[in-house]
Amino acid sequence: MTHQLPLIEPDVLIIGGGPAGLTAAAEIADRGAGRVLVVDREKQAGGIPRHSDHTGYGLRDLRRVMTGPAYARHLADRAARSGAEIRTSTMVTDWSDQHTVDVTSPEGRYQIRARAIVLATGARERPRTARRIPGDRPHGVYTTGQLQNLVHLHHQPVGKRAVIVGGELVSWSAAMTLREAGCTPALMISKYPKAESYGAFNAAGRTILRVPVATRSRVTQVMGKGRCEAVEIENLDTGKRRTVECDTVVFSGDWIPDHELVRSAGITLDERTLGPLTDTALRTSRPGVFAAGNMLHPVDTADVAALDGKHVAQQVINHLDGRHEPAEGVRLIADAPFRWIAPQILRPGDPAPARDRLLLWTDEFVRFPKVTVRQDGRIVARRTLAWPAAPGRVFRIPSSVLDGISYTGGPVHITTYNSRE
Amino acid sequence: MTPTPHRPHPEVFDIVVIGGGIVGSAIARELSGYDVSVALLEARDDVGDGTSKANTAILHTGFDAKPGTLESRLVARGYHLLSDYAKATGIPVEHTGAVLVAWNQEELDALPGLKEKAEANGYEHCHIVDADEVYQVLPDLGEGVLGGLTVPDESIICTWTTNLALATDARQRGTTILLEHAVTGIDVRDDATTLHTAQGDVRARWVVNAAGLGADTIDRLLGHDRFTVTPRRGELFVFDKLARPKADKIVLPVPSSRGKGVLISPTIYGNVMLGPTAEDLTDRTDTSTSEDGYDFLLSKGARLMPSLLTEEVTASYAGLRAAIDRDDYLIEAAPEQRYLLVGGIRSTGLTAGIAIAEHVAGLLSEAGAGLRSRSNLPAPPRMPNIGEATTRPYQDADLIAADTAYGTIVCFCERVTEGEIRDACHAPVPARSLEGLRRRTRAMNGRCQGFFCGAAVAALRTRHQTNDGCCSQHKDNR
Repeated sequence: MTHQLPLIEPDVLIIGGGPAGLTAAAEIADRGAGRVLVVDREKQAGGIPRHSDHTGYGLRDLRRVMTGPAYARHLADRAARSGAEIRTSTMVTDWSDQHTVDVTSPEGRYQIRARAIVLATGARERPRTARRIPGDRPHGVYTTGQLQNLVHLHHQPVGKRAVIVGGELVSWSAAMTLREAGCTPALMISKYPKAESYGAFNAAGRTILRVPVATRSRVTQVMGKGRCEAVEIENLDTGKRRTVECDTVVFSGDWIPDHELVRSAGITLDERTLGPLTDTALRTSRPGVFAAGNMLHPVDTADVAALDGKHVAQQVINHLDGRHEPAEGVRLIADAPFRWIAPQILRPGDPAPARDRLLLWTDEFVRFPKVTVRQDGRIVARRTLAWPAAPGRVFRIPSSVLDGISYTGGPVHITTYNSRE
Repeated sequence: MTPTPHRPHPEVFDIVVIGGGIVGSAIARELSGYDVSVALLEARDDVGDGTSKANTAILHTGFDAKPGTLESRLVARGYHLLSDYAKATGIPVEHTGAVLVAWNQEELDALPGLKEKAEANGYEHCHIVDADEVYQVLPDLGEGVLGGLTVPDESIICTWTTNLALATDARQRGTTILLEHAVTGIDVRDDATTLHTAQGDVRARWVVNAAGLGADTIDRLLGHDRFTVTPRRGELFVFDKLARPKADKIVLPVPSSRGKGVLISPTIYGNVMLGPTAEDLTDRTDTSTSEDGYDFLLSKGARLMPSLLTEEVTASYAGLRAAIDRDDYLIEAAPEQRYLLVGGIRSTGLTAGIAIAEHVAGLLSEAGAGLRSRSNLPAPPRMPNIGEATTRPYQDADLIAADTAYGTIVCFCERVTEGEIRDACHAPVPARSLEGLRRRTRAMNGRCQGFFCGAAVAALRTRHQTNDGCCSQHKDNR
């Protein structure tokens, strides 16, 4: 296509109409900061909660609890009422320059140029192929997202007996969906050593859902011609393998940011989260391009993503007003047992991060975490936290642990160890 | 879509072609260009669902074939025929070029011989280059490259569309496509040969065996015992599209005493492929992938292009090559049985298919099959573009303006629109399953593997499910 595509020019373009994008849109539009356009490639806005048909949504952002679909509708309605325009079935496919994107929609192929862009494209679960699990390629192998889409949005049947791979919050969400669809979650498989690792949800999970958990285990093979028949699992300590019969396998969790637009733009990636590298104002490496939500911290709960949206709104407004050029900052680096931290850059004069929390992912269970912050060999802070760091869910640290850092020093390292037991 | 100009279904077909892969489809297309009635029998529920769907999808110049063989001749001719046919039908092709990369002295020493061999095969454009030149075109290769041999005309092609174009063309020329017609027995009589299938008998004057992995079994049903097919499993990894800039050319291994290496190739869909393994099996249906295969590929990949392994794996699959116990294609007519065998067609068959078909028509003619040329052949079909080299429907403003279904992207990772899914379900050789839909549109083939679109694609397929007539035609006539 060589001829010029039509162009529209809102003040703010938000790419992704999930909790983060919709909340950002509502906040910016509410404050009359300019014309706000949200584009979402799905037929309905709302993001992942659209097909998570269970309660627990809205706690931190709305101070009440509702189901995922109700929460999704609420956020979309609120953004629309605030005056933001939401265009669904509209997918950003490419960048044509620093602040202009190409989109495809039933209304046509066109371009959008905005003074500020917020990337809020979320994350997806790694499918079986990305986890490099060999074997047959039968039907009945899903991710939680696909399963919930099938069951809640398309009312399609799944199998009778399922194995759930993964021990994250979303794995329990998968178990609930399976139960609803009349499929028994026969076994949950997690590489972590003990049941406590899965966090608070697990107690409820085990009593209400009664899903047996194979800890310290991994799937080594999927079997079945046509329909799935079984998986082979291995105990990571003994190396012993056994076959578990099932006609359905759900690969849950193991999230990866949907970062295609970040990478195709050449925006700097954080190699740990695989989302864009951001500062506490949620700026990316490209001026005027911000990011929010679970693309930055794959994944926290929907309400935390939404509150990112609220946080980024103020930063976008500041940018539109031409206020506050970002200063040089220092890098924040998570050391073992942490896998990643978000955000990753601290600049003088910037706000504290969203909810005054640093978000981290741990690879080990730490029941009584004592968090240590170091810069240039100096201990900046030590803080014992009252909640455990558990694999499979985001670990949140009050950002006040950074109060003593120097903006002219070297990288700030953050780690933790178990203070007693 | 234009209606298919079917002639009435005869009691006895003039020619039956067994096998709806690339070779069988090409033969059916070629033969239905003559004044004969042709049926294409396929054991599975779709054409191109066996070995043809899972190869490395390279359009070969034939530079490395064994000079003087039938394979050498047919691959070289097939390269030009398929290139032209791809232009006429819209089969996606990308002329990427290839580099054979030498990693040790033995491989480096082998390059001049390979260049001479290419020339003996009639391919004159290979050049020996030094390590710097290799890194210039492939900067992401691992350390230790000693040199290379360029093959500028090696190209990548969409194997799925090639098979579908040939089958669609065959059908439009009048071939009757009979799916789920696995041949279980054959009776040769003077007047006609009867093929027993799961769906009833099919009768024909002449039989062409292009059954790929099953070609030796069919051959034995006709009383021959001349070769054995060994399924050789090749496992492949397909890496994320974000890896594509790393592999702008096909990276070929230099065959050496240490065995055959694996290749890294861009794919026509914008991904990067690593593979294949080569493992002889006994089970002709075992297209599972294996831990050993994965380990082997990952260790090879770590040497060839370490940074590739940091990218996400989008898909992995295994194909079975129909390896036979000899060094060349085995194409022989048995005029007394009115039978022709097309065996031992390995992965080069993708390139050679149309040339093989020409060759087969020649042999049948000599054997007295009575091929009279036919006028008023329909134009070759225009296939939907599922390759990245040219504009796809989602990028086509005029197309979207004319039909909004092309502006509705359903599969986000592969950018497949509702219009394309609808079209594939109603095509002359339509998608009859989700797998068939994947090969016609790429839907669900992307990095999320259906996380976002799986349910929506399944719903669309159900909505557009039609009776394609490929089976019922025969049943109606039974």
